[in-house]
Amino acid sequence: MQEDPGSETPAGNVLEVVDVSKRFPGVTALDQVSFSLRPGEVHALVGENGAGKSTLIKVMTGVYDLDGGEVRYHGEPVTFRNPLEAQAAGISTIYQEVNLVPLISVARNLFLGREPRTLGLVRSGAMKAQARAILSDFGVDVNVSRPLRSLGLGAQQMVAIARAVQLDARVVIMDEPTSSLERREVETLFRVVRRLRDSGIAIVYVSHRLDELYEICDRVTVLRDGKLVAVEQMQTLERLRLVSLMLGRDMTSVAREGATALSGDHDVDAEKVLSAHHLTRRHQLHDISFDIHRGEVVGLGGLLGAGRSETARAIFGALALDAGTVDIDGVEAKHLSTSKAIKAGVVMLPEDRKAQGIIPNLSVRENIILAALPRLSRFGLVSDSKEKEIVEYFITRLRIKASSPEQKVGELSGGNQQKVLLARLLCLNPKVLLLDEPTRGIDIGAKAEVQAVIDELAREGLGVLLISSEIDELIEGSDRIVVLRDGRVIGELTGDDVDQDTLTAALAATPTDGEAP
Amino acid sequence: MAALTMTRPTVDREHAVRWLRSNAVWVAIVLVVVVDAFVINNFFSVSNLRVQLYAVTPTFVVALGMAVVIGTKGIDLSVGAVIALAAAIVPIALSHHLAIILLLLLVLVGGAVSGTVVGSMVAIARVQPIIASLSIMIGLRGLAVIMNGSADKSVTDPFITGFGGGLWLGQPRMAYVAVVLALIVAFLVRRTTFGRSLTAIGDNREAAQLAGLPVRRVLILVYVLCGVLAAIAGVMITGNQGQATPSAAGMSFELFAITAVVVGGTPLEGGEVRIFGTAAGAVLMQLITASLTQEQVQSDYLLIVQGAIVLLAVYATMKRKLR
Amino acid sequence: MSVPTTVRPATELAEEGSGRRERLTATIQQLGGVGMLVIVVVVASAVSHDKFGFATKGNFETIVSGSAFTGLLALGMTFVIISGGIDLSVGSVFALGGVLAARGAQHGTWTAILYPLVFCAFFGLVQGVVIARFRMPPFIVTLAGLSIARGLEQVVTKDGNTTYQIKPGSVFLTFGGGTWRAIAIFVVAFALGALLLQATRFGQALFAIGGNENAALLMGVPIARTKVLVYVLSATLAGAGGALNASRSLAGPVTVGTGFELTAIAATVIGGTLLAGGAGSVSGTAAGVLLLAVISNLIGRYLSDYGSAASDAVNGGFLALVIVLQAYLTRVQRIQQ
Repeated sequence: MQEDPGSETPAGNVLEVVDVSKRFPGVTALDQVSFSLRPGEVHALVGENGAGKSTLIKVMTGVYDLDGGEVRYHGEPVTFRNPLEAQAAGISTIYQEVNLVPLISVARNLFLGREPRTLGLVRSGAMKAQARAILSDFGVDVNVSRPLRSLGLGAQQMVAIARAVQLDARVVIMDEPTSSLERREVETLFRVVRRLRDSGIAIVYVSHRLDELYEICDRVTVLRDGKLVAVEQMQTLERLRLVSLMLGRDMTSVAREGATALSGDHDVDAEKVLSAHHLTRRHQLHDISFDIHRGEVVGLGGLLGAGRSETARAIFGALALDAGTVDIDGVEAKHLSTSKAIKAGVVMLPEDRKAQGIIPNLSVRENIILAALPRLSRFGLVSDSKEKEIVEYFITRLRIKASSPEQKVGELSGGNQQKVLLARLLCLNPKVLLLDEPTRGIDIGAKAEVQAVIDELAREGLGVLLISSEIDELIEGSDRIVVLRDGRVIGELTGDDVDQDTLTAALAATPTDGEAP
Repeated sequence: MAALTMTRPTVDREHAVRWLRSNAVWVAIVLVVVVDAFVINNFFSVSNLRVQLYAVTPTFVVALGMAVVIGTKGIDLSVGAVIALAAAIVPIALSHHLAIILLLLLVLVGGAVSGTVVGSMVAIARVQPIIASLSIMIGLRGLAVIMNGSADKSVTDPFITGFGGGLWLGQPRMAYVAVVLALIVAFLVRRTTFGRSLTAIGDNREAAQLAGLPVRRVLILVYVLCGVLAAIAGVMITGNQGQATPSAAGMSFELFAITAVVVGGTPLEGGEVRIFGTAAGAVLMQLITASLTQEQVQSDYLLIVQGAIVLLAVYATMKRKLR
Repeated sequence: MSVPTTVRPATELAEEGSGRRERLTATIQQLGGVGMLVIVVVVASAVSHDKFGFATKGNFETIVSGSAFTGLLALGMTFVIISGGIDLSVGSVFALGGVLAARGAQHGTWTAILYPLVFCAFFGLVQGVVIARFRMPPFIVTLAGLSIARGLEQVVTKDGNTTYQIKPGSVFLTFGGGTWRAIAIFVVAFALGALLLQATRFGQALFAIGGNENAALLMGVPIARTKVLVYVLSATLAGAGGALNASRSLAGPVTVGTGFELTAIAATVIGGTLLAGGAGSVSGTAAGVLLLAVISNLIGRYLSDYGSAASDAVNGGFLALVIVLQAYLTRVQRIQQ
């Protein structure tokens, strides 16, 4: 690796993370990661899902204890017990979901806990005047008496930043600050960020939007799978190289086959089983169209936040659309809802297994049969023998390891939970499978098994939409890849183009004017 | 390997705690029975059993419905008012010489309508269950009193009084009815798609929604079931007292029912319905009440003891978030 | 870099999340209670015949003074609900406060004041600690509290068989007696309450906790302490209300207070306080209390056969309507974001 630009003057760093490790049961979230931050710089922190960005932030701000290494602030080792202590010391975090109180006024949010008082009574007039002055200094000119929620998200974030600065922050951590902002709001935000930087405040900038990183950041730290991959000067780092650092594997060593249990070459039927037309949702999806044929695995490519999950959820009827239609088997599905989608033969494996998938306290049997209950039951009753038959079939076929079908799903390993969810979908006899990160967070053995099942299903003639942050899985599993960025389709890879170089190049391409966010 | 051997003992302790948490009510029943056997004369007599069954049955019937509602992570404070409604409907229907089957139907419809209103507020308007049922709790009792008029009315119809006060094989008729109801509810919860859906919704509403379950319909039906059961309890109480007192009938039953459910080991966080636990909870609370009142420990301590037990039970069944 | 004050895009953006609709709903929420009060009073005054005498000074005095002491429950409830909690125990604590005051009056004026206030404050403290420290749901803790406070009252009154009479001539009788004194207490209590809510850090903390507890934690609000205090405040106000009521009734009434918590909640919510917490006002609650009192007064005049039952039916229906409206309005706002 080249000379690490972060190591030249360690004494000049305001915040340093040295060889920090953080382990959770079954996962090493951070593996001896180091990170340094100088006063007056905007430092990008990037990586795909599971790279360890949010864990690193939580380690720096006292949410998590360390399992090794140390955090130094102004050169001194520190241990923050909670975010409040970190904030008191001068490290503020601006979360994506703005962490302010939406129902109370802008001024009160700005001064909560340190209101100007006389004899114990808050001087409301003075507070408002000061709030107005502070915010207009940030380029935000709003009625400070109105509830925070009446502001746009951009302005809300500005209030959060203003509060942090008022608390004498020396380090401001911004977690995907622009993900739901309009371009104009982004510009205002950047102006403020530059101002903070010029006044000597250090900024950690977490984002997946490459253009913004190049626009605002001085240095970048890339994480992958909990490990430090690179620390570079932003301006001298090529886009292509940055993307391949994030996605993993060197650009040259791409193997078309063998890294996964997927094959990616299926006998694709000419018949379309699903067509999405012009899917549009404010801030998230812009005019997305594509088809899935019988027996085809269509990959959705894109960096984090490109709108992949939203696309799948919209097709499944779990996310309301502003415009656009979905045809299933050539028939337009009207007023799509999850139960209608299921009836029409479209099923989805949700991204967040714990929050959206499993019913933890129900048994394996009950979880598998859950979605099929309406169609298996007669007069509200399910035949025991039929149920047992189905459950046993899938337990055997997917090799679900549970002590018995009556074991609670919450007690299974992640891989087996995922298989239970797959079984839940398969007993609906679907025509189209929407798989959102089907192998995330599961062990290697289970991963290969799940991949093999996906392959087999495509061979049986199902249409599959595959979303995966693992580039191997996406490349090897897909017959075709639709590439998204900022909620738009920016390209499609077919045939021999389905390889890592082409995908990486497509993701790194500078957006043309027409598709700017 | 090291990790495995290290986690082993904690798992065992966890199992023990979990076992105790779900079975503490039976242990407590045994303890109270042993104590009562010594301090209460004729504790093990048919007549005493009868007395206890009269007292516990209406609470248990209401608690059955409450258990189902709590299974969906909900709560229904309107049950006491539904009892009052039933108490108001009975004499009105009798004065119009309505056939008994129609009378019962009318009472059940009353409970079902009330349940539909609460359920719709919860499922469609997405009001918090406490609040939704609270508003019905206030309004419905007022309505019941208006329907009845200010004076209590005596109810002499032999079917109704027999339903609430009559005996079969030396024990209250309504206790048999309650057992049948319990079996029906247990069947609904354990065997039907409705029962499976409701526990799934209570455990993880978003996942249930994404699995395509009819979440709204199930939630409304759950509150309807609760309302219907409370209405049946209302008929029992009216028949037992031989008069309709909508201003007082079913007072505090929401607390009694919730107590029976949580004392029976059901967590308020939902996802679980324990019919037999609830029965045990109701029985335990009745035994404690009986011991305190029979034993001349002034009955004024009763309310305090009841309150303290609810708190303990809720605390014990709370699913603690792992830090 | 240019001077940032010339940058104005955020103003434009600020309008985006709001819109006329949001402002309208906020106004309905905040002023709905006052508006309804005015409308009901005006209409009732217009249509009431003179012989019924709704629109007389005497009747208005009766309405306000009659709801002054129970209004204290709604005042406490406003704080609790804004913090995102609920207190179902206030009716029983009101009764307990009355009995303790009457019992204290046997020994002197100071004991008549201190008994109910200190004991009820302690009762609230215990509830608050259980809620804040053990993280138990407020509704179940205070529902148990309802039962326990009623039990304590029965212990004090020997199972409800003793009614403590306050000796004629006792100074304590002057506190709750008379029309204007009750009205003054109502006005002063609500004015102080408004000040506490709007102009102190405690009040700000209540809004923050009810609005977004996680954010409040990160913003350094002392969550546990604030929560404990709000239940202390609610129970103390309930005890004071009960004591004043005892002073007015010349005795500690044993069977008072049942269902008062419901009326208090109804008054608070109709006054525009969000049941989910985070928004509300003392003035709105005052309007809610008076509105319910006026309705009950009207029902007493024209539907006297049904008395409080009809008031309850109306209150319940009203409450149901308001909470569905609230749920709908807050959802509209959430979807917009």
